[in-house]
Amino acid sequence: MTNTLHRFGDAESFYDDYVVFAIPSRGKNDKGSVPKLKQFLEMALPFKPVNLGDAIHGGALRPSQNMHPTAHWKRDMTPDFRAVIDGVDTPTTVAAVFDDRVAAEDFVKTVRAADLGLCVNISTSIDGAEQCCHAAGIPRHSVGYSLGFQGKTERLPNSQVLMLTTMCGHGMISTSLAKKMIDWVKEGRRTPEQAVTYMARFCSCGVYNPSRAKRILEDARHKIK
Amino acid sequence: MRIDPDKCVACGNCTYVCPMGAIYIDPVIKRATVDRNECVECYACFNGLSQEHLNPTVVRTLRKLFQLVRLRFDPEPDVCPTAAFAPEDLEWPRVVRRAFSDPRVPHESTGVQGRGTEEVKTNDVSGRVQKGEVGFTIEFGRPGVGVWFHEIQKMAWALAKAGVAFEKKNPVTSLMSDVSTGTLREDILGEKILSAILEIKVPVERTEEVIRLVQEVEKQVDTVIALGVGTRCDQDGEENVVAPILERMGYKLERAKTNVGLGRITNPAEETKKEEPVGSTR
Repeated sequence: MTNTLHRFGDAESFYDDYVVFAIPSRGKNDKGSVPKLKQFLEMALPFKPVNLGDAIHGGALRPSQNMHPTAHWKRDMTPDFRAVIDGVDTPTTVAAVFDDRVAAEDFVKTVRAADLGLCVNISTSIDGAEQCCHAAGIPRHSVGYSLGFQGKTERLPNSQVLMLTTMCGHGMISTSLAKKMIDWVKEGRRTPEQAVTYMARFCSCGVYNPSRAKRILEDARHKIK
Repeated sequence: MRIDPDKCVACGNCTYVCPMGAIYIDPVIKRATVDRNECVECYACFNGLSQEHLNPTVVRTLRKLFQLVRLRFDPEPDVCPTAAFAPEDLEWPRVVRRAFSDPRVPHESTGVQGRGTEEVKTNDVSGRVQKGEVGFTIEFGRPGVGVWFHEIQKMAWALAKAGVAFEKKNPVTSLMSDVSTGTLREDILGEKILSAILEIKVPVERTEEVIRLVQEVEKQVDTVIALGVGTRCDQDGEENVVAPILERMGYKLERAKTNVGLGRITNPAEETKKEEPVGSTR
């Protein structure tokens, strides 16, 4: 998804960011795809993803429609992978996010062996994706390069805010919230783990990488790039 | 989107989460208010904030008491304490704001969520971009800037004038009143959205020409543009045609999405007729 294509950062910064997603094409392989999409997500679990998601219902961390007031002191920050898998009920894009290349490679191998017939893509650094394909013995079919941001780039925030916000390419994580989370971590008002969960709940398709976001916040605690 | 003033307690949480910065505390009524001109109907506030259902009068009273003694409650920042958001029934043309901004709403024209495009993500079954071709995704407005359709219009006109083909299965193309000239429907030009993608396809020889054209037109467009370039790999999975062109133009290629080619056409044959791009095809 273009949603994951334009994550901000240089190639090295994606060493802990591998988004593997499956998408059925309308009119081509969408009929009967729901069980396959569920199977795709199910197969990711042994490889310890940091997030799972579907483009309609969201990721493994979701907002509550009926939050109890005590949650201000004791908030559940556990990702609910089962809810994501069980929630897939219509053909859509599903994604598994990994913070480890070997895990992503092993997952791609498993997906290949399962032969689901779905379109499968890897979104990460160019070299990272090539390595995944090589490990799985798959020649790449097509590649979509990101040329980054152009035009009125003076309207963009600093690089650490951009790295945090562009992990939801749909733009659901606002610049103001990311700045606020960096400030709160610097002030010691919240831990990076807590700050990450606030942002991840806004990602509506579950491709946000909490592990990378935590690293960026920890980095931002010491310096602003 | 609107915020119910009877429920809002002006906690300010929503002012931070709006991707467009369109929510503010009105100093007169002392309630969170949506600037309708800037709001792109993305529903990030409604979908992303957790909802409590506290009594507004009680919350306001407590907040006033805390303020009197200069104390401030430190609540979770992603919560609306009184579930004050009230989605509106959107009518044309405002409804296009939501279609292009709320990623959970599939585009009617393509059936795809998000920005409604498949690009090379499904190229292994769609054959959208063949060998010797390059598909461009020219995305306007993200991250966090937004774009008016009248700005997209400038690029669409320029591309059509250059004789490129617009992808038929694309939400922006579906809003063109004249695809051959890249003219968008007049009634949507005054609508602001979070982002949208123009999709085109050209022979690989025109790669540099198209990028130069985008670079020229983007100077007149008041937003940011994210450019994506999709192409086919050879039978060994190598891509040594387009990347060298991009690198020669000064682009440092950091990230890509890679279609690993595991897709197969599995639908019944009568449902898989080929879709062609529309517009002129120089």
